[in-house]
Amino acid sequence: MANTFHIVVCAGIAPDPLQTLEPVTTPAGPGLKNEMVLPAVLDPWAASALYEAAHLAAAHPGSRVWLVSLGPRAKLQQVMMTVAQKASFELVPVDGPIGGFTDAHATAAALTETIATLPGLDRERLLLFGGWESATRGAGVTLQLAGERLGIMDQFQGVDHIDVREDGSFEVLERVEGGKHQASLCAGAPAVLGWATGNLAEPRNNPQVGMANMRTILPALQRARSATLDARGLRYVQVSLPRQQRTTRVAKDMTADAIASEIVEWIGAE
Amino acid sequence: MGTAVATEVKTMLTLPGDAVRQIQWRFADRFDLQMLVQSARSVARSTVACMVAAGERNNHEWTPAKNAMLQEFDRAGITAAFMEPEEGGFIVGPKNLALSLAAFELAWVDGGAATASLAGFLALAPIHERGTAEQVLRYKSLAAPPRAGENRKPWRGAFVLTEPIPYVGVDTGMLSGRMHVAEWKDGEEPWLQVDKRGRFITNIAFANFATAAVNSDDPRIKGSCVVILEEGDEGTFDHGTATKKLVHQLSSTGDPIFSLKVPASRIVGGYTVKDGVIVPNFSHAEIIEAVFRRTRVPVGLMTAAKLLSAVEPVIRYQRGRFRGAEGAKPGTVRYEHGIQQREDALHRLVDVWATGEAAASLGFAAARLFDALDPIEKRKNGILQERGIRGGRAEMKALRESEQRAIEMLSLRPGDARRAELAADPLVDFVLKDAEANVVCPATKLWNTGHGANMMREAVSLMGGYGITEDCPGFLATKWMDAQLEATYEGPEAVQRRQLSVTMTSEVFLAQFRVWTAEMRRIASTRLGTGACTLASAMQMWHWTLNHLQKATDADGNKLYHGQRQGVTFPLADALCWLLASRSQILDVLELETQGGNDPVVAEGLAGTVQFLSDLCHTQAAQAAGEVQRICAELVFGYNRHPAWDEAGHPGCFLASELEEYEETMPGISAFAVDVLGADGRHPQKAGPCADCGGNSDFLRLQNKLATCLTGSRLAKDRAADTVSKVMIPEALDYPA
Repeated sequence: MANTFHIVVCAGIAPDPLQTLEPVTTPAGPGLKNEMVLPAVLDPWAASALYEAAHLAAAHPGSRVWLVSLGPRAKLQQVMMTVAQKASFELVPVDGPIGGFTDAHATAAALTETIATLPGLDRERLLLFGGWESATRGAGVTLQLAGERLGIMDQFQGVDHIDVREDGSFEVLERVEGGKHQASLCAGAPAVLGWATGNLAEPRNNPQVGMANMRTILPALQRARSATLDARGLRYVQVSLPRQQRTTRVAKDMTADAIASEIVEWIGAE
Repeated sequence: MGTAVATEVKTMLTLPGDAVRQIQWRFADRFDLQMLVQSARSVARSTVACMVAAGERNNHEWTPAKNAMLQEFDRAGITAAFMEPEEGGFIVGPKNLALSLAAFELAWVDGGAATASLAGFLALAPIHERGTAEQVLRYKSLAAPPRAGENRKPWRGAFVLTEPIPYVGVDTGMLSGRMHVAEWKDGEEPWLQVDKRGRFITNIAFANFATAAVNSDDPRIKGSCVVILEEGDEGTFDHGTATKKLVHQLSSTGDPIFSLKVPASRIVGGYTVKDGVIVPNFSHAEIIEAVFRRTRVPVGLMTAAKLLSAVEPVIRYQRGRFRGAEGAKPGTVRYEHGIQQREDALHRLVDVWATGEAAASLGFAAARLFDALDPIEKRKNGILQERGIRGGRAEMKALRESEQRAIEMLSLRPGDARRAELAADPLVDFVLKDAEANVVCPATKLWNTGHGANMMREAVSLMGGYGITEDCPGFLATKWMDAQLEATYEGPEAVQRRQLSVTMTSEVFLAQFRVWTAEMRRIASTRLGTGACTLASAMQMWHWTLNHLQKATDADGNKLYHGQRQGVTFPLADALCWLLASRSQILDVLELETQGGNDPVVAEGLAGTVQFLSDLCHTQAAQAAGEVQRICAELVFGYNRHPAWDEAGHPGCFLASELEEYEETMPGISAFAVDVLGADGRHPQKAGPCADCGGNSDFLRLQNKLATCLTGSRLAKDRAADTVSKVMIPEALDYPA
């Protein structure tokens, strides 16, 4: 079967970005105040990867998409009520801790252990997708570590586009300095692609797609295996919010130029 | 580490999220509904909110942007929520809760958008409820959004009942729309000429078809019916002019004119020919009864959504009110708490919040009840049909025995074999649920929208002058105005009160009401602080008053509880609504407390959330008790004529000389004598001698008890207010304003 891919998207969940995020110390280490009860979303960077994966799979019939997600099962289920409506995929949940303060090595280990045992996965056709960054804590290394553990040497980060050729090779555009992209040609799968925002708009919710996904998602959630992440050797010295405080201002009737000027002025002031 | 240490607290941590609501409103196990909620929310807080913020409401006409909103509904599955999977939908089974949830989410941002979604369902509802199999398949399939790969525009419908003056839709029994036989060839289907003018018809600007209520104007057609009119029919399908509404501008409303020739197969539910006369299988009254009793519930929930949607913007406004001012530096009370340092601001917001909770609980309980009732009603129809029973009166007669069995069942203890036998009877099940539905539907529509509109005004007032500007976050001012329409359309308040005044006296309903009262007492014994005991006392008082008024007469000997005596029946209906809303609210909190621990997300802050919501219940129960007490006291005593300073009134008075004599044997008696007549006939300056309780001492006992049952309710309000001042809210509203 030519040019069919087995795409595994690694995606965690993050608090809804509009929520008030306040770092606190918990018995298990640093965390966010009330994080468990805050509404959550699929990590926006990884969500882009999922949409790109679904798009790629649709363009290459016979391809499969798995979404491997580590987080509290109940939170994952809530998030799936939206995400499952946006694209077709098979969920592989791993019941684990919430938050962005887990050790990236331990997370990568839990993910690769799960991916390595996915029934029907052809490692020769594997494209490991995920977010280049994370909305929870931008260590940005989990995907690389997972790729290395799976023995995938071709890794691309900050990806905005891939263009698959007939022979199975693909061109990758990665973000580099100055708003430019670096174009690379990869011989083909397996590869790791850490996505930036990509070029696709967020798909609209479609309950019909959601209902189809739910046939497999709910059973998968029920049999999700648990993972305890080893945090030995990890110590946080300080946790704080970014210095810039969000100030929301309602502005109507501003032109794009005026908005751009204001942003430039703000950057200058910083 | 530079962070604060998290301490264990029993106060609500954040605003109640989806997981909490799913348990309270009983759809935690329905992922189809959870997805619909997310989908509708996404449209509401993006497309709809942007339209409102951009001023799209400032136009009465149906604009391309408003039309695009319908397409968003299609894409998001909102339009298809009414359909069965084989018709293009995705939800199996009854849809009352589904439609209610979708309307709730849309109304969270804009009531007009919610109405636009509901109006399409309303047009299809007569066909769904009573249509023939062919009609159901044709119109629901046409109205379903296109599936993947299909290239067609979905049909949009309008329900046409309301007519121009003089009927104006309040009295739906009278119609000026007419039909007569236009053509009837031997052996062929008759053709009908239908002439109808509509008024305030929703969805009409873009409707491709209409379901219109008409009367026969021809001896060859019996009675009335609902008929389906299509845009392509021969004749005039005039969409009419847009109504210049001040509210709900994201829905289309207009006054259409129809003069069309249609085949008789368009009669909803079909017809039979008897002795050369076309007899519609269902009159228009039978159809609209089936339709409205379901579609009124989501309207009530729309107002509930607005009240709850006001909480977050009001809290944010209150807390940030003084920030930026010279005297409000970070760290000061003024800066951190803003207006929330004042008790009144918090207490008033607690009232708004409690009302929203009660309204949502009542509405969703009603929606679930109709979901449960739908299959039972079909079963009942099947059983009666097997017995050869058809038609309103024959059915009522046949169900009378089932009603007695239902009442008997309610009188038996759980575990009684006879009770189990009666409970297994589908007709008993039907009459129980039907009696309840006949009350909770109008109660939801009446109380949620009427009292809800009043409380929306309160919410607006909590934002100060900002509240009545277009820039007010959460669009509170428009929500307030919109609530007035919600109280009016699909049967204004008088219609709901009229219906309640009849249905709330049903023996089956009252038997259930007695059980509910006992249930509240039982709950109170294990769940202190929910206000269940207060509510039970208020329920007792309401029931006592109803019984009393049904037997009592006024000062002139005229019956008090009488269909024409709306001064008696309507306030009592209002009082009942308060009780039902409060009861539903308490039951929802108990459900959360019982089930919340099973969900790790909810379990995290469950104790605090339950405590806060219980405090809101207690606050609301006290409000309900106050209303019930006020209304009942007025009705019980208000129809007695006040004694006057005349011969008839004097027997209750002391003479001054008498008192002097009595003082000798009973010192101090003068202090208790209120009405004392002087020797010259002088009397105290007041209306007359004080009225005695004239055989109503039972009421005074209940009143006294109810007053003491309010104990603790203000402490609950204080606790709730404290939580409101501390609860964590998002940094910004999740929709533009």
